[in-house]
Amino acid sequence: MSVLRASSPHVHSPAAVNKVMLQVSLALVPALAAYTWLFGWGVIFNVVIAATTALASEAIIVKMRGREVITSLSDGSALLTALLLAIALPPLAPWWLIVVGTGFAIIFAKQLYGGLGYNPFNPAMVGYVVLLISFPLEMTTWLAPSGVRELSLSFSATAAYVFGGHLPAQTAIDSLTMATPLDTVKTRLGLEHTMGEILRSPVFGSIGGHGWEIVNGLVLLGGLWMLFKRIITWHVPVAMLGTLFVVSGLFHLVNPDHYSGPLFHIASGGALLGAFFIATDPVSGATSNRGRIIFGIGAGLITFIIRAWGGYPDGVAFSVLLMNMAAPTIDYYTRPRVFGHKGSH
Amino acid sequence: MSHLLHTFPGGLHLPGNKDMSTGTALTEAPIPKRLIIPLQQHIGAPAKPVVEVGDSVLKGQVLAQPEGYVSAPIHASSSGTVIAIEDHPVPHPSGLTAPCIVIETDGEDRWIEHGGNPDYTNLDPSDLRNLIRDAGIVGLGGAGFPAFIKLNPGARTELDTLIINGAECEPYISCDDMLMREHADQVILGARIMRHALHAKQCMIGIEDNKPEAIAAIGEALDNLDEKGIELVVVPTRYPTGGEKQLIKVLTGKEVPAQGLPIDIGIVCHNVATAASVFRAVDQGEPLIQRIVTVTGHGAAHPKNLIVRIGSPIKDVLQAAGGDNGVPYDLIMGGPMMGFTLTGDELPTTKTTNCLLLATQKDAAEKGPVRPCIRCGECAQVCPALLLPQQLYWHARAKDFDKAQDYNLFDCIECGCCAYVCPSNLPLVQYYRFAKTEIWSQEREKKAADKARERHEFRQFRIEREKAEKAARHKSRAKAVKKDSADSDKKAAIQAAMERAKAKREATEVQPKNTENLTEAQKKQIAEAEARRNDPKTQSAGQASEDKE
Amino acid sequence: MLEAILALTALAVAFGLLLGFASVRFKVESDPIVDKVDAILPQTQCGQCGFAGCRPYAEAIASGEADINRCPPGGETVILALSDLLGVDAKPLDDEVGEEKLKEVAIIDEKTCIGCTLCIQACPVDAILGAAKQMHTIIESECTGCELCVEPCPVDCISMHTVKEDLNNWKWPYPEAGEKKA
Repeated sequence: MSVLRASSPHVHSPAAVNKVMLQVSLALVPALAAYTWLFGWGVIFNVVIAATTALASEAIIVKMRGREVITSLSDGSALLTALLLAIALPPLAPWWLIVVGTGFAIIFAKQLYGGLGYNPFNPAMVGYVVLLISFPLEMTTWLAPSGVRELSLSFSATAAYVFGGHLPAQTAIDSLTMATPLDTVKTRLGLEHTMGEILRSPVFGSIGGHGWEIVNGLVLLGGLWMLFKRIITWHVPVAMLGTLFVVSGLFHLVNPDHYSGPLFHIASGGALLGAFFIATDPVSGATSNRGRIIFGIGAGLITFIIRAWGGYPDGVAFSVLLMNMAAPTIDYYTRPRVFGHKGSH
Repeated sequence: MSHLLHTFPGGLHLPGNKDMSTGTALTEAPIPKRLIIPLQQHIGAPAKPVVEVGDSVLKGQVLAQPEGYVSAPIHASSSGTVIAIEDHPVPHPSGLTAPCIVIETDGEDRWIEHGGNPDYTNLDPSDLRNLIRDAGIVGLGGAGFPAFIKLNPGARTELDTLIINGAECEPYISCDDMLMREHADQVILGARIMRHALHAKQCMIGIEDNKPEAIAAIGEALDNLDEKGIELVVVPTRYPTGGEKQLIKVLTGKEVPAQGLPIDIGIVCHNVATAASVFRAVDQGEPLIQRIVTVTGHGAAHPKNLIVRIGSPIKDVLQAAGGDNGVPYDLIMGGPMMGFTLTGDELPTTKTTNCLLLATQKDAAEKGPVRPCIRCGECAQVCPALLLPQQLYWHARAKDFDKAQDYNLFDCIECGCCAYVCPSNLPLVQYYRFAKTEIWSQEREKKAADKARERHEFRQFRIEREKAEKAARHKSRAKAVKKDSADSDKKAAIQAAMERAKAKREATEVQPKNTENLTEAQKKQIAEAEARRNDPKTQSAGQASEDKE
Repeated sequence: MLEAILALTALAVAFGLLLGFASVRFKVESDPIVDKVDAILPQTQCGQCGFAGCRPYAEAIASGEADINRCPPGGETVILALSDLLGVDAKPLDDEVGEEKLKEVAIIDEKTCIGCTLCIQACPVDAILGAAKQMHTIIESECTGCELCVEPCPVDCISMHTVKEDLNNWKWPYPEAGEKKA
């Protein structure tokens, strides 16, 4: 028998890529469940359609590239991309939107670069940004969370909307949807409202917006669990959220009427999801711990800049992608001092 | 006994699995029927045989002498007859053959006459080194670097620290542990001798804290021998603490410079087993002909440590340890992190064979699917050399060796931490080994090419020169008197030859040749000729030539 | 209109002068390309490329007359290094010049050798030792394995032998990339 490798070491830690991907996916489940609970069946459609599209497009491309389909699908990376995209998309999205986003993420942002490990950008965020730029209307049509919203859609009604674009009779889309907290802030600040006035709007809960704060709380929980399981390191989340907190806090102190508070920044939008699940993506992120801190600081800063002064209500996706671009440079300049060498490099 | 400890970067906490083989006391493996003793068991040039096939040899007799400075002699590990000097498979990752001396043992185990120098302090350090060199002692920790070289402080008048390495960080292996438990005094006394040879200011023995029995034994031996100059330092268990550079960092806080040696920072590091062998060589005059080998793994029926004669076939060693337990296994020489698989059990044990691991599926990870690198950076977190293993991997994989060297490929100690943690299951260390051997090979080729270029250019120059000389001769010949030019040339040549012959004759005394079986008439003729020849010669010239003789 | 034309012309002249100045002022003196190419070639001097040695081939490559894939002893390594140096695409070894094979050395069967010196004259690196009517022998460490001595031998006493792999020149194999299939 020869179970052994040609070269030592002959023992191996239990770590494996597919295990990591699976654990990250598991960490998302509570947040996804809450998202479904609060925003309706549409989330389930997001997940199912995104996962199917991701696995199918991955299989097709891998097959076309002449690689082993099973090995590729079983690494779990396509599934994780699908889940991340599903939780980032609006809870009531037409099927084609999900298919286009996921397909683009897997085919263009991942496989065309060479598949897992070779993509310079986080595929889920590429898919998300492509949709945001191409279909701004669909991407900003958000269901209001239950509790704020009077109507709720049944499973079949949701299916009819997702696949056919029909809503039940006498239901106008406007009666279901509502701007997201960050969107509200952006729009109304533009109308010269003060933060104090804006925060009285029903969409805002105690910290980050009604409903959203629960979802984000569970994202945080999932993130902490990943930290505990040592799937991710603390560097990126702490640096990114810390920067966002400090910078937004400074501006809030100077002008509380015009800048929302730091807690709101952390708890709303995609900040937590981005910090724990997206910016920690090893493939497209920085590798060393020092590099990860720089990466996180950059991502936090850009997120705040876009939120405060940019054209989009949230900036997490853009900031991560921009920092992805900088990752190789960060890696280059954060090379550790090799043992026995003087100075750097 | 509180000693300020430092840490080295990276490293791993690995399951030790050492208890498996430490339950039974050391036993001596029987004399095998046949000893297969490779001529190269050390770093450096192979030794050169000084015995011939058919010679009978005694235990401890020199079989092969070192060639050059970095080399070591080889001794017979039992008495018997040399039956072959031939290529034989040797334990090496390549599975290649190498020259070996094969001895058929006679079972009598008769020693060659030998004696020690119990009072080594009278010996000059240089004599001590020669003694250690002649005993064929090499680093027993794994690398097999000739020990006497590392006992030479060189231009330094004194050395700062001598470190005796009893860390034994690699899982499963327990040969150093057992040596320290049972022969702690030999280790201490060996360390004393080494310290004397080096004039080291201080001496430390570093042992990982997972070996309490060894620590106790060494502590006791230090007390019994009333040795105050050697400090026992217990270091935390973390792989690869036993690496020379890592242990030095832990004990002294100093970093051995890259591409440098510990001696550059005033430190020398020797393994505990090397120290014990030095003691036996100096005290009893016993060359390095045996060592302790751990036989372990879930495939071994009775994992234990054995004292094995160097050159014993692995098969005999396994048998002496009680054989396997029927579970299919792979044979690894060394530990699971740095050892290599063996192609069979006909191979001999060598000076650097510290462990025979009968690895079953319980011991070794299954190959599993290899996936692409996801740049998770785990490898960089555990690298004790602070390298970027994934960068090295990319460049080695792309055969971009210049880039790999830019990322300090040659600072890699091949400890295997990176490959151990790699979630993509990449054979990282093999990529580095591939790149290293490929770079060495390219350097050899480059040297050969440079030499060939030089030789080719010289040949072209020579051909040109010959052509030019020929042309010049033609020219001068044409210029000379046209008629009879050939004749005069010939005459001149003959004249010149005669003159040369004469000069030669005059310079040396011509000895008569073929003077046996001559008739009296012939002898007379010769005498006359001799007289004629000597006649014109001046007395002084004759005198001079006689003086020369 | 006129101003625009004048402005653009002035700009063009100004930048042209600047570039011209820069090219003169910052001219980089580099090793002649021939030397760099020659340094990469294996110096076997075998002539399999169709040139009379490595240097002539290097000159031909430098002047663009010959392709970079005509050196069988150098094989893939040399082609890659040349493509890197010259910034051209690497391509597989030209079939017509031969195949890449393991390094060989020539060995003279000393019993058969008649001492004709023909091989000595053929050897490009003077690696054959001998004189007329004396047995010849090859200095193995100097032999480049060019095979040029094999042909001239009238008694066919020279044969090529692959250099044996031993512990000191053994190379770790490239890991069989299970990943490639993945």
